[in-house]
Amino acid sequence: MTTRTTSGVRGGIGTSVRRPDGIPKVMGNFAYASDLWSEDMLWGATRRSPHAHARLTRLDIAPALAMNGVRAVLTQDDVQGKPTFGQEEQDQPVFCDNTAQYWGEPVAVVAADDEETARRAAAAIIVEWEPLTPLTDPEQAVEEGLSFREMRIRRGDEDASGTIVVEGIYETATQDQAPLGTEAGFAIPDGEGGLDLYVTSQWIHVDHRQIVACLDMAPDSVRCHPAGIGGAFGSREDISLHIHVAMLALATGRPVKMVYDRTESFAGHVKRHPSRMWYRHEADESGMLVKVTARLLLDGGAYAHTSRAVLANAAFFTVGPYRCDSVVVDAAVAKTNNPPAGAMRGFGAVQTCFASESQMDLLAEKLGMDPLELRRANALLAGDHMSTSGQIIEGSLPTLEVIDAVEAIPLPDPLDDDDPRLLPGGTGLTSPRGSVVRGVGYAVGLKNLAFSEGFDDFAEARVVMTAAGVEVHTAAMEVGQGLVTVCQQIARTVLGTDQVAIVWDDTSQIGSAGSTSASRQTQMTGGAVHAAAVGLRDQILADHDGDELRDDGVYREGERVATIDDVCSSGPVEHHVQFRHPETFPPDENGQGDVHAGFVVAAHRAVVDVDPELGLVRVVRVDTAQDVGTALNPQAITGQLEGGIMQGVGLAVMEELVINEGIILNPTFTDYLIPTFLDAPAVETRIVEAGDHWGPFGAKGIGESPTISSTPAIVAAIRAATGRPLSRVPVRPEDIVGI
Amino acid sequence: MNVTIKINGEDRAVDVAGAESLLTVLRNDLDLPGTKDACEQGECGSCSVVFDGDVVCSCLVMAVDADGSEVTTVEGLGTEDDLHPFQEAMLAEGGVQCGFCTPGVVIAGAHLLEENSQPSEIEIREALSGNICRCTGYGAILRAFETVARGDV
Repeated sequence: MTTRTTSGVRGGIGTSVRRPDGIPKVMGNFAYASDLWSEDMLWGATRRSPHAHARLTRLDIAPALAMNGVRAVLTQDDVQGKPTFGQEEQDQPVFCDNTAQYWGEPVAVVAADDEETARRAAAAIIVEWEPLTPLTDPEQAVEEGLSFREMRIRRGDEDASGTIVVEGIYETATQDQAPLGTEAGFAIPDGEGGLDLYVTSQWIHVDHRQIVACLDMAPDSVRCHPAGIGGAFGSREDISLHIHVAMLALATGRPVKMVYDRTESFAGHVKRHPSRMWYRHEADESGMLVKVTARLLLDGGAYAHTSRAVLANAAFFTVGPYRCDSVVVDAAVAKTNNPPAGAMRGFGAVQTCFASESQMDLLAEKLGMDPLELRRANALLAGDHMSTSGQIIEGSLPTLEVIDAVEAIPLPDPLDDDDPRLLPGGTGLTSPRGSVVRGVGYAVGLKNLAFSEGFDDFAEARVVMTAAGVEVHTAAMEVGQGLVTVCQQIARTVLGTDQVAIVWDDTSQIGSAGSTSASRQTQMTGGAVHAAAVGLRDQILADHDGDELRDDGVYREGERVATIDDVCSSGPVEHHVQFRHPETFPPDENGQGDVHAGFVVAAHRAVVDVDPELGLVRVVRVDTAQDVGTALNPQAITGQLEGGIMQGVGLAVMEELVINEGIILNPTFTDYLIPTFLDAPAVETRIVEAGDHWGPFGAKGIGESPTISSTPAIVAAIRAATGRPLSRVPVRPEDIVGI
Repeated sequence: MNVTIKINGEDRAVDVAGAESLLTVLRNDLDLPGTKDACEQGECGSCSVVFDGDVVCSCLVMAVDADGSEVTTVEGLGTEDDLHPFQEAMLAEGGVQCGFCTPGVVIAGAHLLEENSQPSEIEIREALSGNICRCTGYGAILRAFETVARGDV
């Protein structure tokens, strides 16, 4: 019997349906973690190290405990279980134990009747330090053997050489995810020794594992719940206040709420790794790459977090979306006393894309070739070997299509307006129009999809048919990207009904969905929802000998043979799956092997106006063509492309955490600049559909690509306008002026 | 100190302890958590409210200075059955992702459209330049204004 797929279901895949959480969000009654509240709750606050490296010589909590309204003050001595946590390596103490390893490391937490008292009590704790010299130079750290990972890639002929050679040293600064919602958590004791925790997260199951270990509690006595989240971008991949707020609730027997302020948020989550990269590209006279040699150095800061995986990504994407038979990469991620680094949108590929795309432009210039022709000539395509790992690219890789599509977008007219709001520097530092020079630049970026290197990457979903409609159960974190809509669309399309609700389960109700990161949830949780919905549909059709499921029942050859009430006559019918992507493997000692599950490619073109005398830049446009596999929700894709590009604009021209001797000098929104509406370029997008081999309906994850090649495209455009070499991002006025 | 503020058309009395901001009082004392706290420095606009006719960052207004004032928060803008056209357009155009900036954006956007029903692109960009959005890149928010200006909601 052939199963028919119902077409035309309302709100299915391929349509730009509205978000189910949209109405509460525009009305202000969507409950974010920081909005949670109960009458008898306490407020938590954190005391932190003011030093990047210092020995703790005195810690006296008595003055805080003596204050009216203070209910608990906790330190490392109060940690009942494992003293350290960490996603990959448990190397970070829950509180600073003897020595602070980074600026802002938590030392103690307080629970008090109100927020103000909690903060004053945290400040009243007596903490004395013996400052130590912080290790802040990542090169020195690696020389001293302080690294989280070192890896090498050797592919092809180490002695190969090309006649055309370009070399460069590139740097990227520390970027912050700066989600608008700061870290927040709400912990409620259950009266039986356990607790429920609502916390900002990207992966509640991996949080849960670390929390119960540090609390020394049975896994089923702690339930982590998804909470409303104000953006993430990698910043919530690791634990922040989770264990602290849980400990305070257990110690006081009362619900406890903690919310970081903005400065704490800058101190309290991981950053994008700053990097230094040396590159040599060698090509033949026709521009074909012969060999790429690179040394990569990332600064992982004080604790491991996801540094090992970030380094691997940086290394495997050293060459970008190009063929090259001989590749030599030596890469390391250093352990220092700088702010801990970890996940941020693009995850290592951002850094090497900036360097390698800069190199491709240098090479094109030396060859006298058009930069896009050079890229087309070397383009990595499906069926090719990855130039670094050597693995064969399976599925689709429309590198040429994205280059062609972005080039075909019409260029904007030259600037012809004296409105200072349209000039570099804006109304505050206005350039005269006559001194403004326009530049255009391109870049292409490659990214892996989901987790790599043999990680057992899976997502669970349960799809339930009830008489009132379909429920999709998942513990995946919706952080704003629209997973909630995509899961609904997939279930609707498979089950032939628009009555689909997403139910966010806690860690006791369903298994892990994996992290909302690595561009993975559309494919992984989407894939799990798809598989569960198909399993449920097939089971219902088999039970009723039907060939089609519609919103009003089961059909056989066009005739209804059972209603939905019949289907659910003995109660809801459900199907539960654990979905896995194609198996990956750890690389061998030369970095070779099938380390990735899939690839996605994008191209960006930037147009900038620059005042070379003042060193001011206005990013006029950033256009993009994006490989999406299959477009499940075109409007949501456009939102990812436009939003991701803006974080690329930030890294290109304004976003930098300025760090001196390990201390962040600009941990506020006044001093850490994020693109505003007036900074934001116009964006034209082209969606390229080439269908992939394992995502639901051929979809690929696209969350990170927009942030990868947008930055080098903008810098290429500034170079084109000014002729300056520009080897560091963000580009500062002094880099353009040359002082 | 006792202060009375007309919030969303209703007089609300609150005992303000000291140096609290209007934002803190709205969120913690008056059960109006729709107004968001993201920077407490007047940089991001997440806490935007209409204060005696002007859009302000409520984190920069001392609660005691709000005595006798009229304030509109996101909770006072529309109802589920009767959303403000700009709220409706934000939904239609995908101007909402994580939504944390959204209360401030709809307050600032609705206020702009009240003063200027046909704003130009650069007028929109300038009027909303105090509202940081980290998710959308602003494109969908811009299209939401165009949708309202065209009368399509």
